Amino acid sequence: MKIEEVPQDGAFFVEGRISDLYYVVDDKGQYTKVTSKGWAPKNDAIRLAWDRIYENAEEIRQKVLSGSLSPIALYMELNIMDVNILAGYMGLSRRNVRKHLKMKGFKKLSPGLIKRYADVLNQTTDELTDMERIRRIEFKHED
Amino acid sequence: MKIDFQHRQAAHCENGVTSNLLRFYGVNLSEPMIFGIGSGCFFSHMFFYRVNGMAVTSFRVWPGIIFSRVTRKLNIQVKRVKFSNPDKAMLELDRIIEKGIPVGLLVGVFNLPYFPKEYRFHFNAHNITIIGKEDDAYLVSDPVMEHFEKISFSDLKKVRFAKGTHPPKGRMYYITSVPESIDIKPAIISGIQKTAKDMLTIPLPMFGVKGIRFMAKKMRRWPEKYGQKLAALNLSQVIRMLEEIGTGGAGFRFIYAAFLQESAEILDKPWLNDVSREMTEVGDAWREFAYQAGRHFKNRNNEKISYDSLADMLMAIADKEEKVFKQLRSVQP
Repeated sequence: MKIEEVPQDGAFFVEGRISDLYYVVDDKGQYTKVTSKGWAPKNDAIRLAWDRIYENAEEIRQKVLSGSLSPIALYMELNIMDVNILAGYMGLSRRNVRKHLKMKGFKKLSPGLIKRYADVLNQTTDELTDMERIRRIEFKHED
Repeated sequence: MKIDFQHRQAAHCENGVTSNLLRFYGVNLSEPMIFGIGSGCFFSHMFFYRVNGMAVTSFRVWPGIIFSRVTRKLNIQVKRVKFSNPDKAMLELDRIIEKGIPVGLLVGVFNLPYFPKEYRFHFNAHNITIIGKEDDAYLVSDPVMEHFEKISFSDLKKVRFAKGTHPPKGRMYYITSVPESIDIKPAIISGIQKTAKDMLTIPLPMFGVKGIRFMAKKMRRWPEKYGQKLAALNLSQVIRMLEEIGTGGAGFRFIYAAFLQESAEILDKPWLNDVSREMTEVGDAWREFAYQAGRHFKNRNNEKISYDSLADMLMAIADKEEKVFKQLRSVQP
């Protein structure tokens, strides 16, 4: 790749703070370094991955609102976790975490466990249990 | 307190931490040099090993290997520790930086506060250096960031004890002694030989040049095996790995080409410049692959770009890489 071919397709990076560093050749064929704001195909790949997460999250949201799944299931998806990762963070068995993904199991949770779930899922306790908030959530890219 | 530490951005985190740490001790090696001596260039397509349900494709060696190879080859003594108790892990970190020693940490990416949200995922092999502590915040030299960053005590504890595939378990490492004089020539030669050997001779289908052909073969069957939607997602995963934050596949090929160019001069072997140019072409071919693949999953009706044609591109790349590493295998002191 040559210096002038370094893509500058900004999307997710914060300018002046984070960027990609490329090793590229100058017009004499010498390697040098150039920073990049991003590259469209890579940005598209990232968007595709998030589209899928949002699609799954919307399905889960409907099930939370209809009372079959719990808010933990929703925030687990939005934190790109699976039962394995969440169980790891919680220090619980996968079997127990699976129970808490159901609304029935969620309702039996102690305040202490709710607080720990909230911490792991990067929510406050109030946010985690706020059904009104889940009713209002819309999933979209922040760019 | 803050250690007088020079931060340089790098294309890849482990190269960057290694290079920055060595510079602190007066050993000035560029990022490509670190990558080359540590034999970082590799390929593996591990269909059986999954993160978020998708096969892991990697364009470099396992995390941690570059640092250990470089320090071993240059006779640099290091200390490595891992922990089961997070509080002890934080206390030990404080104790070492208090002595004025910069400390490398293995961390999970997901809860790093300064990372853009879109780039976060549960990847547990990111490397950063802690170079001080002010009030409750640690000063971080993260090679993918342009400047120093800060991270709170609780966030740092969280990322050091990230969970999921390969949890970092608070792993930390630091340099304890550096020899008075360092001869990098033999290290460069053995680094090149090791890379060439690994790329050409591992007798398993998913590694090295064979691994690229192996992935091509699998890719042809993705649409019937997974259906269009999941096949596209699998492809996007390869592209994310290819062009992940802090460089990816094509990036690694360019770093390696830069290493060969630098080595040509140090070793006085001009023919390495020719191989470097070929390696640059390999990197360009990987980028072209990423570009075409990107068009495919963005516009799914695009008939012209099929999985077959993408697989053909991979086969051509494999041939090119094979040619490069066959030449490099013959390098002698």
